Amino acid sequence: MSGTHPVNDRHPMTGNEMSGDAAGGMERHQYDVVVVGAGGAGLRAAIAAHDAGARTAIVCKSLLGKAHTVMAEGGIAAAMGNRWPEDNWEVHFRDTMRGGKMLNNWRMAQLHAQEAPERVMELEDWGALFDRTDDGLISQRDFGGHKYARLAHVGDRTGLEMIRTLQQRAVSLGIDVFMECTVTDVMLDKDDGGAVSGAFGYWRETGRFVLFETPSVVLATGGIGKSFKVTSNSWEYTGDGHALAMRAGASLINMEFVQFHPTGMVWPPSVKGLLVTESVRGDGGILKNSEGERFMFDYIPEYFKSETADTVEEADAWYDDKKSNRRPPELLPRDEVARAINSEIKAGRGTPHGGIYLDIASRRSPEFIRKRLPSMYHQFKELADVDITAEPMEIGPTCHYVMGGVEVDADTQQSAVTGLYAVGECSGGMHGSNRLGGNSLGDLLVFGKRAGEAATAYARSRDDDRPKVDEADVKAAERSALAPFEVEGGENPYTIQSDLQQSMNDLVGIIRTAPELERSLSEIEAFKVRAASMKVEGHRQYNPGWHLALDLRNMLVVSEAIAKAALAREESRGGHTRDDFPGPSEEWATKNLVVDLSADGTGIDLHEKPLPEMPEELRKYFEPAAAEPPAESKEGK
Amino acid sequence: MGYQLKMRVWRGDQSGGDLGDYTVEVSEGEVVLDALHRVQATQAGDLAIRWNCKAGKCGSCSAEINGRPRLLCMTRLSDFDETETITVTPLRTFPVIRDLVTDVSFNYEKARELPSFAPPPRDADNKRRMAQVDVERGQEFRKCIECFLCQNVCHVVRDHEENKPAFAGPRFFLRYAELDMHPLDTHDRRELAQGAAGLGMCNITKCCTEVCPEGIKITDNAIIPMKERVVDRKYDPLVWLGNKIGLRTKDNDGRTEP
Repeated sequence: MSGTHPVNDRHPMTGNEMSGDAAGGMERHQYDVVVVGAGGAGLRAAIAAHDAGARTAIVCKSLLGKAHTVMAEGGIAAAMGNRWPEDNWEVHFRDTMRGGKMLNNWRMAQLHAQEAPERVMELEDWGALFDRTDDGLISQRDFGGHKYARLAHVGDRTGLEMIRTLQQRAVSLGIDVFMECTVTDVMLDKDDGGAVSGAFGYWRETGRFVLFETPSVVLATGGIGKSFKVTSNSWEYTGDGHALAMRAGASLINMEFVQFHPTGMVWPPSVKGLLVTESVRGDGGILKNSEGERFMFDYIPEYFKSETADTVEEADAWYDDKKSNRRPPELLPRDEVARAINSEIKAGRGTPHGGIYLDIASRRSPEFIRKRLPSMYHQFKELADVDITAEPMEIGPTCHYVMGGVEVDADTQQSAVTGLYAVGECSGGMHGSNRLGGNSLGDLLVFGKRAGEAATAYARSRDDDRPKVDEADVKAAERSALAPFEVEGGENPYTIQSDLQQSMNDLVGIIRTAPELERSLSEIEAFKVRAASMKVEGHRQYNPGWHLALDLRNMLVVSEAIAKAALAREESRGGHTRDDFPGPSEEWATKNLVVDLSADGTGIDLHEKPLPEMPEELRKYFEPAAAEPPAESKEGK
Repeated sequence: MGYQLKMRVWRGDQSGGDLGDYTVEVSEGEVVLDALHRVQATQAGDLAIRWNCKAGKCGSCSAEINGRPRLLCMTRLSDFDETETITVTPLRTFPVIRDLVTDVSFNYEKARELPSFAPPPRDADNKRRMAQVDVERGQEFRKCIECFLCQNVCHVVRDHEENKPAFAGPRFFLRYAELDMHPLDTHDRRELAQGAAGLGMCNITKCCTEVCPEGIKITDNAIIPMKERVVDRKYDPLVWLGNKIGLRTKDNDGRTEP
């Protein structure tokens, strides 16, 4: 293996080196590590693999630098201690576990808290320009569920800074990028115990097929939000990695846990669901109902009572004096705030467009708002004609993130399939039942690096003995991808997608009940039948109807996994709220739900699995005595 | 509140194409991309559009709307009269792939030619220190969402294919300026900016600044200061003399050519 790449005559953007009538009609490449997805996790994994000496390729559905990471606003949670010297990985670890209602994989939460600060510093080494403290260090901001101001940030466009930094790093290292290229199958070597032998996909531009022969595939495909109607996610979030992993024989965990971000735009309709960053609340914004009441004080759960302010005076004093005041209830973890907003709207105290007011205009100066929240200012001005320095925003919950994902080994991110890794949103475990804001960007970096290194080490061990791609499997993958063109008189994929989104929104949304979940499962069965005979018009060149038809298969299998797991978990915890089982249950507190593709490949199997047990030395952070460290140790600087 | 919008959308590929006529139902608060999506979902399933975030943050959906380079997702229908026909065509400076999708690989090639950030070692406590006021200049340029509207509108390349090899374009002048103004960078990129990137070909007509959806003052804050820095180096008699007689000058500010 080497870090250099042979020069070839690939088209500079599409990499297509094949004419329409080339023999076999298939472009082939050999790599040590192929990373699927070019958001924060994929880019970080590719950089790590390259640095470890692997011939590395990045394959992504969009142009480089457009992945969903650009939408991340708030920041990267990392206990760097730049504002609060007493912050450290142990406090961050505790916050993460408590935010996830203790369902997190403890080892992932620990690694994340320990390694995030160095991953942030690396970004700075590569050219990222974070906002600064008065003494010139990386600034850190307050966010929901984090005890100390901990999010390294760049205004409210931290994700853009992160992806641009990683993109520029990857380009300067000369890593091969296959843009606008979709992977539809992970190839396995049956004679090698089902180990990964490659990845199969197509160029969006030409519709032609491409095969990557590689022993290591790192899935970094992001989430599943496009299965819901109201979502902050982009079109790419169709659960590709989740579905690819299941079809290859890996399992998913925690799929019932879907995070509805409390604050998405509600008006105008065309931007319904678009994210309004939590930083608005971190920087002083409050939530009010149509009666002008600051209602979050009515929704402080027992679990967080000891650390949440119960009067307006204390909450407002906290921003300047964290030593003698507790956090405002607007900064409870996202699941709590989203449920509270949902209840207020249901109780008839919503705004004219069916949301709740998020008000920072009456609390901070216009200059402060424009400086700290430039993207929000711009977004509301341009898209809703609302000046957020002068009037409140109307917001409501929006599908934002899936905690569930591929079950992986905490240290290496390898799935149950040899050579198949998953990282970022498409992996599961790190966030338990609910993710804290700011923990996603850290997750991408910490586990991206780990996955890239582990994938390289494994590939190196297979240097003289590579798993082989079975040509019959390649033919089958081709046939399967082209199936939507063969159908006569079938249905349009856009209609099926839009019906699925509505159904998931109505029946598997923020508040769930058994009858609705059962109905959703039967509706999904009906969508599967309709999808089996969907038809696309036109030809293979840059055909979005065809692309959607292929993505829709992933959306359907992932939707079924979510609905099935949600029906099975008879309790409410984190991002899973059952109206018919309103509280958390002791019995479910120690179990994960594991999802596999059924033996005939047409449905989902479900089983329970005990949570990995936390070692004694970490358990001490959650004993009652440790719950609230003495006030004198909380001094900020 | 809804009405029937008349649209003309360019359909075709490298071999040629035409404007197609569509009439589509639209409603209050929608943007041009919403209207195109409805055309796609109901009338032309294979209409090729490049888009991602639909929030003005990723810079994918650049096109020309009634001849003006804009983001499809940030152009509100309320900017137009309800009776007006909206015409959407692909970016003109880049080769068409299909319909509204163009081959923007020119920009990715130029990105590869740029020497990357080169910082000194970290401070003794493993941290780096920079003043907020110093990072803010670069932060303005790093707001760039790479929509390439500035590249599209720049007349140096818009109708002059022959200039493309020698001209990186406004997006990359931003990048040169960003690195040049980075408080920690150790490279001097002025020679490269002037030579390989073709900074000298820009005659500051400010078309790029006008179309920037992020409102970055590309010409005033990046290109003109870069031009001044290049001129300082080339024509300042003291610098010239210092270089001639082998004296170290403050002109390079401790930076070296990459």
